[in-house]
Amino acid sequence: MKKVQVYYWCLLLFAFCACRKEEAAVPPTTTQVTTGESGPIKGFFLLNEANMGSGKASLDYFDYESGVYTKNIFNTRNRQIELGLGDVGNDIQIYGGKLYAVINVSNLVEVMDVATAKHIGIISIPNCRYITFNKGYAYVSSYAGEVKIDPNARLGYVARIDTTTLTVKDTCVVGYQPEEMVIRNNKLYVANSGGYRVPDYDNTVSVIDLNAFKETKKITVGINLDRMKLDSDGNIYVTSRGDYKTVPSNTYILDAYDKVSDVLNLPASNLTICGDSAYVYSTEWSYITNRNTITYAIINTREKAVVNRSFITDGTEKKITIPYGIAVNPETREIYVTDAKDYLIPGRLYCFTPDGKRKWDVETGDIPAHFVFTHTKLSAQ
Amino acid sequence: MLLVCHACSALAQQTDSVKVTSLDSVVVARDRVNKEIIPVQSLSGTALNNLSAHSVADAIRYFAGVQIKDYGGVGGLKTVNIRSLGTQHVGVFYDGIELGNAQNGTIDLGRFSLDNMTAITLYNGQRSAIFQSAKDFASAGSVYMTTRIPEFTPGKNDNVKGTIKGGSFGTINPSVLWEHKLNDRIKSSVNAEYVYTTGRYKFSYSKKDGYDTTESRKNGKVESMRLEGGLFGKITNGEWKAKVYYYTSARGYPGAVVREEPGKFTHQDKQWDNNFFLQSSFRKNYSSHYSLQLNGKYANDYLHYLSDPRLDVSTMYVNNHYKQQEVYFSSANLFTILPYWSINVAGDFIYNTLKADLYDFVYPRRYTGLGAVATSFDWQRVKLQASLLGTYVHETTVTAGSAASDKNEYTPSVIFSYKPFANKDLNVRAFYKRIFRMPTLNDLYYTFIGNKLLDPEYTTQYDVGVTYACNLTNTALKRIEMQVDGYYNQVKNKIVAMPTSNQFRWTMVNLGYVKIKGLDVAVQTNWQLKKETNINARLSYTYQKAQDFTDVSSDYYGGQIPYTPWHSGSVIINPTYKSYSLNYSFIYTGYRYTAVANIPENYFRPWYTHDLSFSKEMLLHKHQFRFTAEVNNVLNQQYEVVLSYPMPGTNVKFICTVTL
Repeated sequence: MKKVQVYYWCLLLFAFCACRKEEAAVPPTTTQVTTGESGPIKGFFLLNEANMGSGKASLDYFDYESGVYTKNIFNTRNRQIELGLGDVGNDIQIYGGKLYAVINVSNLVEVMDVATAKHIGIISIPNCRYITFNKGYAYVSSYAGEVKIDPNARLGYVARIDTTTLTVKDTCVVGYQPEEMVIRNNKLYVANSGGYRVPDYDNTVSVIDLNAFKETKKITVGINLDRMKLDSDGNIYVTSRGDYKTVPSNTYILDAYDKVSDVLNLPASNLTICGDSAYVYSTEWSYITNRNTITYAIINTREKAVVNRSFITDGTEKKITIPYGIAVNPETREIYVTDAKDYLIPGRLYCFTPDGKRKWDVETGDIPAHFVFTHTKLSAQ
Repeated sequence: MLLVCHACSALAQQTDSVKVTSLDSVVVARDRVNKEIIPVQSLSGTALNNLSAHSVADAIRYFAGVQIKDYGGVGGLKTVNIRSLGTQHVGVFYDGIELGNAQNGTIDLGRFSLDNMTAITLYNGQRSAIFQSAKDFASAGSVYMTTRIPEFTPGKNDNVKGTIKGGSFGTINPSVLWEHKLNDRIKSSVNAEYVYTTGRYKFSYSKKDGYDTTESRKNGKVESMRLEGGLFGKITNGEWKAKVYYYTSARGYPGAVVREEPGKFTHQDKQWDNNFFLQSSFRKNYSSHYSLQLNGKYANDYLHYLSDPRLDVSTMYVNNHYKQQEVYFSSANLFTILPYWSINVAGDFIYNTLKADLYDFVYPRRYTGLGAVATSFDWQRVKLQASLLGTYVHETTVTAGSAASDKNEYTPSVIFSYKPFANKDLNVRAFYKRIFRMPTLNDLYYTFIGNKLLDPEYTTQYDVGVTYACNLTNTALKRIEMQVDGYYNQVKNKIVAMPTSNQFRWTMVNLGYVKIKGLDVAVQTNWQLKKETNINARLSYTYQKAQDFTDVSSDYYGGQIPYTPWHSGSVIINPTYKSYSLNYSFIYTGYRYTAVANIPENYFRPWYTHDLSFSKEMLLHKHQFRFTAEVNNVLNQQYEVVLSYPMPGTNVKFICTVTL
C-alpha cells in the first residue's frame, strides 16, 4: 500500500515539474494605420513610460513609408538585455546616429543604434530625467546631487557625457530636482522644479556656461518649473506646474537677455514648437476642486500670444482622457497627441492633420509620452 | 505613489516569524467544514502544525477562494483578498477582537506567527454565530486567528515549551511559552518570540533565447520581537480573558526588481514598527434567556519609514513617522426567546486617531458607532439567520473644513441552511450580504493623494452551496467532507487610485465597478491504511471570473482584474505513521494578468510550488521533543506573486520543539 502511494507521489511530482516552459520575449505588434508616404523624415520613436515599479517602459516605432505602427520593438531586438528597457522611460532623443532613452527609475540612459534600435551601451546616472546634446556631448539632468548637510536640501545636477565613449566627463550642480533643458548660445538652461520640497518649490532656471561647465546664474521664473523649449527667435519657453492648489500652472518666456519677458497665463503640462507655433496641452489637477482641467492651445511665437484654443478641431479631444505626449512633424505639420488613459492600461496615439482632424489612431504601450522623429529608417529587425 | 506605497505598508499590529507548535492540550475539530451554515474553512491543531508555513498568510494560501499578495521573503508584505472583493474588505480578528488599521485598512498577515496559533479560520460573509460583536458583522469576509488557551493535565501547574527554528535566509527564530495555573479559576500565559533573518536569497530571471541572470535579494533583513501575555479566568456560567501584545520590528525593503546597472544601487530604505495592544473580553450566561459579552481594546501603533540618499544615491529623502491609536468597546446581548429562536443586540464604539509628520497633514480623528441586530431560527432541519448592521462615522481634522462628511449606512445579511435528509449529513445553504468598507484615513487625508469626498465602497455577495460529510467503514477512506459554493459578488464605488496631471501624482476616487463569479471547492478526507498509518488529505479549487466593468468606453471593459487567476488550487497530503509525520503540500496559481488589459505584455505565468516536511516526535529524558525538517519549493521554481517581487527558490527549515 505504502509503495503504491510513493509511486503516485513521484508521478504527481513529475507531472508538475517537467512542464513549465521558459517565457519568451513578447513580440512586437504591427498595425497598418495609414497609407505610406515618403519624405525626409522616415519615422518616429515613441517612448512609453509605464508605471513605476512595473519595469515595463517600452519603445514603439512608426514608419512613414509603410504607414505601419509597431508597438513594443525593444525586447525582441535586444533579447540579451536583462529585464528589458527598464522602469519609467522619461525622455528620448537622437544624436549622431544613436538613439538615447532616459530610463528614470532604472537610473540609466539606454543608448541604441538609431538604424536598428539595438543596444550599444548604457550611461549610468541615478534618477536621470532629461537629455540634450551639444558639440559631441550629451547633457543629462538628475535629481541625485550630493547630500551636503540636510538631506532634504539636496541639489540636482547636470551630467556631461562624451557621446563617443558614453562616459560621464563632468557634472555641474544646479537647482532642486532639475527637469528639461535647452541650449542657447553655448549656454545650458535648466528648469529646476523642487518638486520634492513641497511647499518650498524651486522657482529658478539655472544657466550653465558650457565652456567652463559651471553654473553662472539662476533666473527666478516661477515655482515648480518643468518643461523648456527654444523657439525659432531664440526665446525660451518655460512651464511651471504650479502648486496644484492656489498657484496655477503657467507659461513663461525667457528672452535673449535671460529676462522673463512674458507671462502668458496659460497652464501647460507639455509643449512642442514647430515653426512659429508652440502646441501646448495642459492637464491641470486641483486639490481644491479635485478635478483635472484639460486644455489645448497654440501660441504664436512671433506674437508671443495664444492664437488658438483648440488645435484638435473634430471633437476627438473628448475621447482623450489624459493627454500625455505631444509632437508635430516638422515636415508635414501633422500633430501627434497621446492619451495615457488611466495609466494602467495601454495608451493611445492620435495623429491629426495640420488642421486638427483625426487621421488615424493606434494603441501604444503603457503611458505613451515622449517622441523623437528620425531621418534614418529603422531596420526590419 | 511612492509615498502611498510606504503608507500602505504602514500596517498595524503584529507578529512575525516561523513556527508551528505541537501541543497535546489542543484538540480542535480539524475541519469544521460542515458545522457552520456559512462557508468556512479552517486549519487547526495538527493539520496546522504539520504545514510548512512561516506565517498565518502562508497557511491561508491553502483555502479556496482567496488570493494572497506576497512581496516575497520573511519580511515581505503579505495580504489576503477573499473572493476578489479586495484586501480592505477582510476583517482580521485576533482572539475574537478585530485588528484595526484605520490608516490603510490592511493587515500584514506575514507578521503573524503560527507559534502560538491553534486555529486559522476564514469565513465568507461573516461568522455565522449570531452572539458576537457588531464588528463581526462588519466585513465582507473574515479571518479569525485563535491563539492557544492554557490547559493543564491533572497535577500539573506549569507548561513550558521552547522552540527553535532556523534555516535558509539566515533565519533564526527562537520562542518560549510558559503557562501557569494560578488557581482553579485563573490561568496565565506568557509567550516570547524573536526572529532574525537576512532576507537574502537568490532568484533568477530569464527569457527564451535571451538573458538568463541570477541575482540576490538584498536589504531584506528583518529583526522582530513579539511578547504576549494573557490571563484566562472562569466564572460561574462564563469566562473572561485579558491579553497584552507587543511587537517591535525593523525591516528593510528589498524593493521592486527592475532593470539597473547590476550591483550599482542597492535599496537601503527601512521601516520600524512598534505595535501594542491590550484587549479584554468577558462573557457570561445570566440565565437561560440572557447572555452578555463585553470586549474592550486599546491599541497603539507606531511606524517609521526612512529612505536616505546618503545610503542609496538614487532615492530621495523620505523620513516619515505615523502614530495611530484605537480605543474599542463592544457589548453584545443575546436573548434566547424560545429554544429555537434567539436575538442578539450588539453595540460597538471605535475611536481612531492618526498622526503623521507629513506636509499639510490634517490629523484626522474618526468616531465610529456600530449597532447590530441579529436573529437566528434553528428549527428542525432549517436554520435561518438575519442581521442588520447600522454604522455611523464622524470625523474631525485639525484644519477646519478638511474632514469628510458623516456617514450613516445600514447593511443587511441573510443566511439560510437546509438539511434535506434527516439521516444524511448533506446541507444546502445560501447567503446574501451587503456591506461596505469606509475609505481609509489614507484614502481621505493622505497629503496630496487623499480625497475627502470619497464615499464608502460597497460589496454585495450572493452565495449558494452544498456541504456533505460522511463516515465510512470497511474501507481505507474513513471520512470525507466536502463543500462546494458558487457565488456572485459586486463591488461598487470601488476606491481606486487615479492619476492626476502626471504619474507621480495620484488621487483616490470612487470609480471602480467589479463583478465576480466564482466557484470554491474544498474536500477533506481521512484515510486509515493500517492500524497506525493514517493519511489526511485536503484539496481546494477555486474558479474566479472577476471582471472590471468600470468604464464602458474602455477597450478593456470586462477584463479580468489584475492578479486574479481564473484557476487556482491546493493539495495537502499528510501521512502519519506512529510518531512519524510527513506533509506534502502543493499550491497552484493559474495564469493571470498584472493589469486589467489582458494582453501578452501583461501576462503573468502560472506558478506552483511543492513543499515537503518531515517530523518525528519522541520522549527524551521524560520530555516531549518534536523535530521537523522542511524543504519548501522543492523544484526550485522561480516565480513571482507580485510583478517585480521575486519569491524564494528552494529553502529549508529545521525546527526543534521541547515541551517540559
